[in-house]
Amino acid sequence: MTRSVPSTPETKPRLVLIGNGMAGMRTLEELLKLAPDMYEITVFGDEPYGNYNRIMLSPMLSGEQTLPEIMLNDEDWYAERDITLRKGERVERIDRLRREVLTQDGDRLPYDRVLIATGSRPFIPPIPGADQDGVLGFRTVADVEAMVEASDGDDRRAVVIGGGLLGLEAAAGLAAHGMHVTVLHRNGHIMDQQLDTAAGRMLERTLRERGIDVRVNANTRRIEGNGRVTGVELDDGERLPADLVVMATGIRPNIDVAEASKLYCERGIVVDDTLLTYDPKIYAVGECAQHRGDTYGLVAPLFEQAKVCANHLAHYGIAKYGGSMVSTKLKVTGVDVYSAGKIAAGDDETEEEMVFADAARGVYKKLVLRDDRVEGAVLYGDTLDGSWYFQLMREGTNISDMREHLLFGQAHVGDSGHGATARIASLPDDAEICGCNGVCKGDIVRAINENKIFTLDEVRAHTKASASCGSCTGMVEDLMASTLGGDYSAAPSKKPVCECTDHSHDEVREAIYRQELHDIPAVFAALDWRTDNGCAKCRPALNYYLLCAWPDTYQDDPQSRFINERVHANIQKDGTYSVIPRIWGGVTTPNQLKSIAEVAERFEVPTVKITGGQRIDLLGVQKEQLPAMWKDLNDAGFVSGHAYGKSLRTVKTCVGREWCRFGTQDSTGLGIQLEKITWGSWMPHKFKIAVSGCPRNCAEATIKDFGVVCVDSGYELHVGGNGGMKVRPTEFLCKVDTEAEVIDFTTAFIQLYREEARYLERTAPWIERVGLSYVKRRLLEDPSGRETLSERFANSQRFAQRDPWADQVAAEDDHEYEPMMVLS
Amino acid sequence: MSQSNANDLTWYRIGPVSDIPPLGSRVVQHQGVRIAIFRAHGDAIFAVRDQCPHKEGPLSQGIVHGQRVTCPLHGWVIELASGEAVKPDVGCTPRYPTRVDDEGVISLGVPALPPELTPVDDVVHDLADDA
Repeated sequence: MTRSVPSTPETKPRLVLIGNGMAGMRTLEELLKLAPDMYEITVFGDEPYGNYNRIMLSPMLSGEQTLPEIMLNDEDWYAERDITLRKGERVERIDRLRREVLTQDGDRLPYDRVLIATGSRPFIPPIPGADQDGVLGFRTVADVEAMVEASDGDDRRAVVIGGGLLGLEAAAGLAAHGMHVTVLHRNGHIMDQQLDTAAGRMLERTLRERGIDVRVNANTRRIEGNGRVTGVELDDGERLPADLVVMATGIRPNIDVAEASKLYCERGIVVDDTLLTYDPKIYAVGECAQHRGDTYGLVAPLFEQAKVCANHLAHYGIAKYGGSMVSTKLKVTGVDVYSAGKIAAGDDETEEEMVFADAARGVYKKLVLRDDRVEGAVLYGDTLDGSWYFQLMREGTNISDMREHLLFGQAHVGDSGHGATARIASLPDDAEICGCNGVCKGDIVRAINENKIFTLDEVRAHTKASASCGSCTGMVEDLMASTLGGDYSAAPSKKPVCECTDHSHDEVREAIYRQELHDIPAVFAALDWRTDNGCAKCRPALNYYLLCAWPDTYQDDPQSRFINERVHANIQKDGTYSVIPRIWGGVTTPNQLKSIAEVAERFEVPTVKITGGQRIDLLGVQKEQLPAMWKDLNDAGFVSGHAYGKSLRTVKTCVGREWCRFGTQDSTGLGIQLEKITWGSWMPHKFKIAVSGCPRNCAEATIKDFGVVCVDSGYELHVGGNGGMKVRPTEFLCKVDTEAEVIDFTTAFIQLYREEARYLERTAPWIERVGLSYVKRRLLEDPSGRETLSERFANSQRFAQRDPWADQVAAEDDHEYEPMMVLS
Repeated sequence: MSQSNANDLTWYRIGPVSDIPPLGSRVVQHQGVRIAIFRAHGDAIFAVRDQCPHKEGPLSQGIVHGQRVTCPLHGWVIELASGEAVKPDVGCTPRYPTRVDDEGVISLGVPALPPELTPVDDVVHDLADDA
């Protein structure tokens, strides 16, 4: 292993990973997913173990976890993948001229690529006496083991220097071992990087109530002892006895190897957006890397870097890392603290603060705003909305429309489904979090700990929590944050469509228009899809985007449609289907009812049900029966109700002026007109309209995607409502005078939603994301723009308004409905 | 429909590959059991019991991608070659061996006894390995 052998086509290129920690290993895992056999891989790690979950050191200290439980990659993992793990070996430097890695023992290992992931090390300030036994950092398994050992015995005392995230977690862990703990913090309040004074004070009070002595403005003069620590002396002369001193005064990127190799470093190893250092053969990820001037000490950004770096190591060459926004949460059981971004407004008056304080409940919330956008959040006591504020921050959402409710949380901006739930940390283990799949808090915490998972998608895959309707996502995220602590970040700053690609929905859509991509294979090719033919997530989305972009030419791909849209009926739990004919505006006739009754009898339909959308549902139909049933319904004058589609569903109406003594306009007639104009249109998600004849609103128009409430002087238009899993009333768009204007606004609004919302995003979250002001700008302030939206909708409808039932009957597509063969 | 016996399997010619749409599936009924025949990526043909190991959803109605299918009921992903659910979900649906002859006609091998009367997973899995 001491000779330098250039790699030849017959031998695989050699990749050397320096640093066996979470960032480097995550990069390897991502790389193996993309290109399992590309490199011959060697990993150097100076700790005597495989890769462990460093963020679980706090639970390990408090005794909630053990070393085997926090191992991420044990030694078998390396062996199974033919990766050479050289544990306990330290790399001295990289000989970049000869392309060899030099170990401390003088061994030389040739390479084709190097990945540096040496992480960081505790910063130990130059305090006299800091070099004695019993003075520790809080960074490694060895530190934790030494801390546990020092806590053994009665009446043991510990001093933690540094009241930041790490110091407080150490203090809480040591207190859990029965030690008397004092935290010394040099600034005016603890966690001053993340919290403002008010929240810092509340946290100090809570910790004191738990028996942890917190001293602020406390400077350490020296650490006393004679080779073994005995105490700490403060600047003011006070002396604190101590059996253990933990230095939690920050971390510094560990750039020893890089500097010894003469790689360009500043605070960290300087890398570009592909995580490449100044040497084109050497990458760096994790806490040791400095990207656009920032270094990161939390797990979420490291994982984003790992993904990008692996993409380049695998020669895909398309991913870019644009930096991360980070949020932190204190990982101390029962203490809810959350912080993200700026913690206070600057002095230049362009920023402002919004503050909510309720001392009796122990709740404090502060948002820092600039130009109606969230720049930072500090939450104490009630952190449920942390992930929501973080999302508003990341997406740069304009919050002017929700200002008055913003501090009360997402629940007050619409979501009254699960939003009102109390503080997550105080819930018992058997509290149900996910009502769809019956997942309790304890299940989720166990899954996170046992399976070593970090992301929402992983929690969904393992527990199914929030994987169905998604309304408990905020709670699951909050629970993840309180379990994983400061290292959890809600989601990567850019969310790819699915695992087949790194591109976001918006990027894919833009590429379809800009590069004029006209079918799914073209999108796969142009955007370097990683899979041959996508997956069940991306294909339906792409099919919709293409259909929306090229209504006149795109050839719909049935195999990229969910079964319901492919066979124009709703699949039921037993594999049968439900059939719902369209009943315009919910108005029917005795003859129509007779026809439906005859069809139901002829096909022996087991259940006939009146739906919430004012129509009739025939349930329990065998797939083979569908074409024959449609034919009979067609013959009786019915078309498909699209009750199965991401499309216009129903237009619900009340009886209106014709009968109702309160009715102000012809709501029934208007509803039927709207349904005739909009039926058959495909949308990002389902879309419901209602027209009520007076403000009593019997058609429940204010919980629909588009609601019309007739008043004596005209028509009020409301948008973005939802009566499903997240009840959200509509927001008022405008008032118009005539039915023609109602139709104009309806079609323009639908087309704006069709063109700009992401696939499977309903109008309510879409409007929350882009802001009602934006919708108003497009529809109210730009009449000619509104007109072209309506025109585009009308053009699309020329091709979309075909009854799919009649089409399917005419096509005699027996491959879809008939068995291929019946064997005896 | 021609039949031939080998290792207690009965082989049925069930039709040309072109009877199934690309990335699609059709069902063959055999003694009351629905068997889903898949035409996956690269025209690879697979046959599994038309029943998701999770809640018995009809896999033949799912979206086919690569050599996998996503169940239409709750989104489990099944590896067609093995019948196994993709992790972290755990479960397996029985497989049946298939062959495609030079004319592109698919033959399906089914155990002599109906699958529900035999130790189905063992038998079918062992046999499928010969295919």
